[in-house]
Amino acid sequence: MRIAAPETSDQYIPTKRPFNFGRWFSRTGWRHLVGAVMVVFSAFPLLYVLSASLHPGGTLITANGLFNEVDLGSYSTLFNLPQQPYAAWYGNTLLIGTITSVCTVFLGALAAYSFSRMRFRGRRAGLLMLVLVQMFPQLLAVVAIFLLLSGISDIFPAIGLDTQIGLIMVYLGGALGVNTYLMYGFFNTIPASIDEAAKIDGAGHARIFFTIILRLVAPILAVVGLLSFVGTTNEFVIASIVLITPEKQTLAVGLYQFVSQEFSSNYSVFAAGAVLAALPVMALFLFLQKYIVGGLTAGSVK
Amino acid sequence: MTTPRTEQDAAQLRQTKRSRRAARVAEAASAGVKVLLVKIVLLGIVDAISVYALFVLVMKQDWVVVGLVAFVTLVVNWIYFSHQKLPAKYLAPGLIFLLIFQIFVIGYSGYIAFTNYGTGHNSTKADAVNALIVSSQERVPDSASYGLTVLEQSGEFSFLVTDPDGTISVGSATSPLRVVTDATTDATGKATGLAGYTSLRFADIVAQQQDIAALSVPVSDDPNDGSLRTPDGSSAYLYVSDLVYSAADGTMTNSSTGVVYADNGKTGSFVAPSGEELLPGWKVEVGFANFVHAFGSESIRGPLISVTLWTFAFALLSVLTTFGLGLFLAIVFNDLRMRGRNVYRVVMILPYAFPAFLSALVWAGMLNPQFGFVNQVLFGGADIPWLTNEWLAKFSIIFVNLWLGFPYMFLVCTGALQSIPSEIQEAATVDGARPWQVFRLIKLPLLLVSVAPLLISSFAFNFNNFNLIYMLTGGGPRDVTAGVNVGATDILISMVYKVAFVGASRDYGLTSAFSIIIFLLVALVSIVSFKQTKALEELN
Repeated sequence: MRIAAPETSDQYIPTKRPFNFGRWFSRTGWRHLVGAVMVVFSAFPLLYVLSASLHPGGTLITANGLFNEVDLGSYSTLFNLPQQPYAAWYGNTLLIGTITSVCTVFLGALAAYSFSRMRFRGRRAGLLMLVLVQMFPQLLAVVAIFLLLSGISDIFPAIGLDTQIGLIMVYLGGALGVNTYLMYGFFNTIPASIDEAAKIDGAGHARIFFTIILRLVAPILAVVGLLSFVGTTNEFVIASIVLITPEKQTLAVGLYQFVSQEFSSNYSVFAAGAVLAALPVMALFLFLQKYIVGGLTAGSVK
Repeated sequence: MTTPRTEQDAAQLRQTKRSRRAARVAEAASAGVKVLLVKIVLLGIVDAISVYALFVLVMKQDWVVVGLVAFVTLVVNWIYFSHQKLPAKYLAPGLIFLLIFQIFVIGYSGYIAFTNYGTGHNSTKADAVNALIVSSQERVPDSASYGLTVLEQSGEFSFLVTDPDGTISVGSATSPLRVVTDATTDATGKATGLAGYTSLRFADIVAQQQDIAALSVPVSDDPNDGSLRTPDGSSAYLYVSDLVYSAADGTMTNSSTGVVYADNGKTGSFVAPSGEELLPGWKVEVGFANFVHAFGSESIRGPLISVTLWTFAFALLSVLTTFGLGLFLAIVFNDLRMRGRNVYRVVMILPYAFPAFLSALVWAGMLNPQFGFVNQVLFGGADIPWLTNEWLAKFSIIFVNLWLGFPYMFLVCTGALQSIPSEIQEAATVDGARPWQVFRLIKLPLLLVSVAPLLISSFAFNFNNFNLIYMLTGGGPRDVTAGVNVGATDILISMVYKVAFVGASRDYGLTSAFSIIIFLLVALVSIVSFKQTKALEELN
């Protein structure tokens, strides 16, 4: 039983107090000051890139005059560069990112379902192994991946070196791991009695998984899918050694090479490429913001 | 295999035979025809691909891989046609990728670390012998002229040659000449075509001049017999090498100088008594030579140690700075009286939403010493070498990483702070604690318990934060005295990438040795930190 709160002073607070700037500032005002500083710090580089991309024929030095000229020329130049197939990079990134994240979510969900709902020998060891293996990032084994794929090329040129399927397969090597662990935790929050009720109604395990469980865990699937998409978009090392032909490369590989070749002379074109490249990811982020914050904190708070 | 520990595990494993059979019947009754069809189609595709792979592999006589592919195919079929093995059905797809592209490649890196794989040593001894002989071939001064027609079959070129006494034979770079009898000939008796091949016309030859000029067709299985090459596409000449390979004692002799190059069994190449080495060589196991090289030679050990120290410093500073700022902001904005918190939050997660590789490139532009925004506008045209001075470059990296990483920490800390019950604060305040004391002695320890695992994973992430380093400074400024391609801001992973894939000579063996060293470091850090986390958890 809770003890009733004693009569404290807050019951005597007058309903309206005269506004006092000093008091307001020391309570909440300074927080807005911090907020303003952080808004400038966070948003400035993004505004800078946007302004640079709108500068016609701009170089690094003209990019410093923020928004003093606005023109979409760089965006049309971007798609007409003879050596840099930007449109192809863009399509490749979306394609590779989408396929990888969909497959990652699917493979991860399958594994998480079995870890969460079934009891079998080696289950604990398996869960522990997933966490341990994940500590060794794939990019450390980049030489071995390169040699393995070039070995596969001798047998199946279609899925070896310089193919996007090969790259996706390498990414799927990381499909189980932290993702599965995150999903496993979420699957556990879905009561098992739902499965049992469905079983009594005559549903098999496949049906329970596909039609019931997957719908209930949709939020975590969205988070894992997004994180995987973002991870794939950002991935440079493996993509740069697997994809050799310019038309097959991704934005990370292509734009890096573009920048390292002609950095200051064609900055507005790079900036235009960067703005377009960031759009889908940022849109997804803002769209799924609520879930992401939930997913991150679910991971942090037990 | 672990033994079941909880009651639930034990109970489920102790299922009786009968209940298992009942489950199976129920399962069979519920699985429709559609499910069965999908299963058969998918397995059919998998099996068709493996049969094709087996066929190709048998042709290549790659028996180890044949065994592996056959084994995996059988296991997959067994799992999905069995009525049990339910967990395996769900785990198999992900596990196959995990085993090949995570576990196998880690082991394979371990193997490569003990070889001299790399530029000049990337094939077998037989390939090296052929490459050496082909590269030192010269046209025999008075060699006869062979009538030649260049043939093409599925992208590969072959030579159809008519030798001076009228014999017709065909061969390609990979298969020596063999006599054929069914070739079509023209009036002069020169062979012009062969069934199954396309004869190239003059225009085709001109279009692919370089490939054809580089083609060298061995006369027989013995590389010392020489090979045929063509300068013009219509006649071929015999080329022999002045290097003579003796298969019996495994030596290479230069017939014009008489120098004997012997395989010393260690370096994977032919070496003359004078120490002169013929390249390309081949791949051999070199034992711990790469590790000895990494730690033993001063020009590599020095950079390796400084890179390792900087990697730890970078990862630690990244975690501390981003966590510090994130926590500060979380506290500042965790005040219900404040209006517009959501607006601030959305703007502050923008750096997190912007693709990281682009952020690094954008900042590289803004920090450019001559033209960048920071120097030109903020510092009024100053010439501060943000990315080219060793210490300023390190500072820039930490600073840009702060921009990249604080939103994540801000989100995490906000979540963690909100999960701390407000009664704790009230109780402490009633007991007379000052706000700072409440924070330091109560909130921070509670917060650390829940975010410590994330701090560790953030440390591990930054330990291998390749993109930031490579895109922002490229690892530079370069350390010119080092024996490997490293700079002042390189971390271990970017050093590995540069040694393996940047520049003219690639040393896969040394790279993999570095990888193994990093594996061990990461494992050590993880084990230690997880023990620490357990200790933290017991605080609660």
